[in-house]
Amino acid sequence: MNHDSYPDDYIRAILNKVRVIAMVGASPNWNRPSYFAMKYLQGKGFRVIPVNPTAAGQEILGEKVYASLKDIPEKVDMVDVFRASKEAGPIADDAIAIGAKVLWMQLGVRDDAAARRAEEAGLEVVMNRCPKIEYARLNAELGWHGINSGVISAKRRRI
Amino acid sequence: MNDSAPGKPGFETLSIHAGAQPDPATGARATPIYATTSYVFDDVDHAASLFNLQTTGFIYSRIMNPTVAVLEERLAALEGGRGATATASGHSAQLVALFPLMSQGDEFVASSKLYGGSITQFGQTFKKFGWKATFVDPDDMNAVKRAVNERTKAVFTECLANPGGVVVDIEAMAKIAHAANCPLIVDNTLATPYLLRPLEWGADIVVHSTTKFLSGTGTTIGGVVIDSGRFDWMKAGKYPDLAGPCAAYHGLRFYETFGDMGYTMHCHAVGLRDLGPTMSPFGAWITLLGVETLALRMDRHCANAQTVAEFLQGHKAVAWVNYAGLPANRYNALARKYLPKGAGAVFTFGVKGGYQAGVKVVQGVNMLSHLANIGDSRSLIIHPASTTHRQLTEEQQVAAGAGPDVVRLSIGLESAKDIVADLDQALNRAVGN
Repeated sequence: MNHDSYPDDYIRAILNKVRVIAMVGASPNWNRPSYFAMKYLQGKGFRVIPVNPTAAGQEILGEKVYASLKDIPEKVDMVDVFRASKEAGPIADDAIAIGAKVLWMQLGVRDDAAARRAEEAGLEVVMNRCPKIEYARLNAELGWHGINSGVISAKRRRI
Repeated sequence: MNDSAPGKPGFETLSIHAGAQPDPATGARATPIYATTSYVFDDVDHAASLFNLQTTGFIYSRIMNPTVAVLEERLAALEGGRGATATASGHSAQLVALFPLMSQGDEFVASSKLYGGSITQFGQTFKKFGWKATFVDPDDMNAVKRAVNERTKAVFTECLANPGGVVVDIEAMAKIAHAANCPLIVDNTLATPYLLRPLEWGADIVVHSTTKFLSGTGTTIGGVVIDSGRFDWMKAGKYPDLAGPCAAYHGLRFYETFGDMGYTMHCHAVGLRDLGPTMSPFGAWITLLGVETLALRMDRHCANAQTVAEFLQGHKAVAWVNYAGLPANRYNALARKYLPKGAGAVFTFGVKGGYQAGVKVVQGVNMLSHLANIGDSRSLIIHPASTTHRQLTEEQQVAAGAGPDVVRLSIGLESAKDIVADLDQALNRAVGN
């Protein structure tokens, strides 16, 4: 996969098949970007499980917070990395270990070596993107705020 | 945008389709006019998410509206920008564009050859906010360099200026702005994105009066602010409204939270919310109709303007013609660089006989309309010194290319021979033939 530019169909297929997302770096602080993304994705029908060692045992938006990916007792489809690029490597290794199907790194987060390991283990990888923004873009919601979605289509919205 | 790149939609395609998928509720193919002030919330939590900017959606049409949003996305796409904010007028677009950048005591540098209404807005009215505009001759890049300093929050220019026929070297100006850690804002009203896309030359923000060529038929006042999404508001270190915590949103940081969409989000969520210059859904809809045919119209506007300029150049009652599309014009080299498809349709000429002869010409035309607008399907004529630029000092008038003998034309889409014939008879009468 070319990680400089993703086809819309690649992103769309991931967002359509993923249901359970583990969000590493989810913040209990309501005005942090991760909280915004978690709340939005919940509203679109995704189950989002927060992972944050400093908030382990608490709840964020009705979901129990785990200290690490390996502590999550249920199946995770996608790991969303809301941490700095230098911390992405071990998170990617944990994502492989727990059998996630997708490794997603947030806007500004990129680790090509971690991406290669994940892809060799059969995961699909997205880097330097936000699932909230991509969902809104492909669902023709981003344009509501005057943002250029880059989507040209004579079909009703598809996600 | 590279119009011929494979897989990338071309300009004409974007003019018709960008932002306008079929209506999600009904499947309507043309964009519906959503004439509503407000939108129901699913529940209290949904309302809270909307007010906190945590989810996408509509609250109140002062901030956003589905019809207006189609125009915003359309114009963002045509300029190659990340996002756009439609406003009630071109003047309010300038206010909304500068508002996220400026605080009391801040400065911005502006071209002295701007449209006269902009010079008055910047130099007189914005002064009341504690915003200081420093005007500088855009022909002299050394003067621009000397004018910027650490308190400078933006550099503002037109590329193709109204009314002087001036073409500004915006690529050079962008470099000066960036060296001073501030964005270049370009008013692209006269060129439209069909003739010129300033973001491709290094500009960071584009504003338009959509009243002009974009809507194109002289029916609707409007404006737009388009952001490239490229300027790093954090790194520049002097834009607290974008990079720092926003008290009005409980400490939310627009640039951190929304990234390259942060400026456009701020323009809606703070600018439109608190200043209030919103475009109406009906205005947006009429403007969308115009934008669909922008490419076709601009080609004809430019061809007619070239014909009229060449005719005037040979007329015995005409002292000079300032149209950058004429080979001998001092701005012709810049026009060939920035405006290869045509030098626009607004330009000036001088009548032999000065102020009185200029007045006689505008009163002697029959088909051309004597009024204070440009970018209409109709050909328009005005004598700036007695109208649009009369608030300026004579020195400012001359600097803006609006001296006493100057007549401004906005060439329309009529048959070129009829525009030429009307000007010919008015000129002959003005000089007594």
